[in-house]
Amino acid sequence: MTFWPRSSVAKKFLNGLTGLGLVLFIIIHLAGNLLLLTGNPDDLNRYAHKLESLGPLLLFAQIGLALFFILHILSALTVYFDRLRARPARYAVSGDAGGASRKTISSETMLYTGLVLLVFVPWHVISLKFGPGMAQGYVTELDGVAVRDLYRLVVEYFQNPVHVILYVAVMLFLGFHLRHGFWSMIQSLGAYHPRLTPLWYTGGLLFAAAMAVGYLVIPIWIYMNGAKI
Amino acid sequence: MTLHLRIWRQAHAQASGRFVSYTVKDLSPDMSFLEMLDVLNEELTKKGEAPVEFDSDCREGICGTCGFVIDGVAHGPRRGRTVCQLYLRDFRDGQSVTLEPFRAKAFPVIQDLVVDRSAFERIIAAGGYISVDTGSAPDANSILIPKEVAEGAFDAAACIGCGACVAACPNASASLFVSAKIAHLALLPQGQPERHRRVLKMVAQMDRENFGNCSNHGECEAVCPKNISIKQIALMRREYLTEIWKNFRAL
Repeated sequence: MTFWPRSSVAKKFLNGLTGLGLVLFIIIHLAGNLLLLTGNPDDLNRYAHKLESLGPLLLFAQIGLALFFILHILSALTVYFDRLRARPARYAVSGDAGGASRKTISSETMLYTGLVLLVFVPWHVISLKFGPGMAQGYVTELDGVAVRDLYRLVVEYFQNPVHVILYVAVMLFLGFHLRHGFWSMIQSLGAYHPRLTPLWYTGGLLFAAAMAVGYLVIPIWIYMNGAKI
Repeated sequence: MTLHLRIWRQAHAQASGRFVSYTVKDLSPDMSFLEMLDVLNEELTKKGEAPVEFDSDCREGICGTCGFVIDGVAHGPRRGRTVCQLYLRDFRDGQSVTLEPFRAKAFPVIQDLVVDRSAFERIIAAGGYISVDTGSAPDANSILIPKEVAEGAFDAAACIGCGACVAACPNASASLFVSAKIAHLALLPQGQPERHRRVLKMVAQMDRENFGNCSNHGECEAVCPKNISIKQIALMRREYLTEIWKNFRAL
């Protein structure tokens, strides 16, 4: 058995499993980010400092997350290339069957919304996580210890309206990606239930909206209230 | 009533096809869609032109022979039926309709609206069968099967292998067909001896036949004349992953 699955079923399983990991990550990441809105800069900085102090454990999680991200993209690309091969001649008229179909604009644009996120994530990580740190003066004191003032960095970052607009736009793409991705990931793992699958499908819409709104509210809020902070 | 048709005409597999427009008049709304094509073909034959080739056999919606794409939807605008069970009352007088063959690399066009679906045969040959003892037929009720199990197996066994799932899938995946065949045999006691080999072999053959992968659009379920649910695709995945896991542990 080789590392890279060759069968269509295994590739979709890998895509669903890595999708599940990424879904769990964005939930935790949003929960952490919401600390930006508490009004107390110490909340986010304390959380960030605690994460940083995990040391090797954090590194392990980060490598795992990066691996999931890469495997998710690679498995999705194989599905796309399979598609190009499988239907060389396209239909002159495209139609939607309706009824039981779950084909939506979201399901048909997974590759494109995914590629937007692929461009966004490195930019996001480089500009914030690997952005200016204590050496550049982003220092604050927590319980007598000097730590990185991530809060000030983020607030300053979102004083730039271009950053705010781009982040809001990308989060809308994230919402579209999750609208199909959430329930599709469960189906790809082989879990189907006559009563639960419709719940997951509807829940996927709510989850996608909650994630998109939850994330895009943060830059907007900071931009509007930045001067006061 | 009158229908304006735009039909894909392709002389043979290697020929390049094109759309040709026809107008068929004096139709009854109670005619089936295929009867309307019969009328068109009689007119074409009288004029000395080649009739439009399309597949059909039982014309009762149970054999799986007919099928093409009407305005981008396999088997046409009505759900849960084959194109032979589609009637002209579902169309407006004077409506323009585009007819195309099922399009997939695995289903090459033979002529006009007829495609070669023998890829399905090869998938069945790879594992869609059961072992039986030779000799006289066993007594019909010698193996007891709970009602729910029989119903579940029949939901999948209703597949007539028409290929509309492949035609409708944005990825040209055969997952609904293959999973229906795997599910119907995996649920019944008669299907157990080959159950483990079957799923691996049929999925491998499906992949060899150049079908696409499944992205869970569910368009297949929507066009399926037998309303086969994508729950069968989830079942196929569970069967497959269980086998892979067993093989992995056996190493």
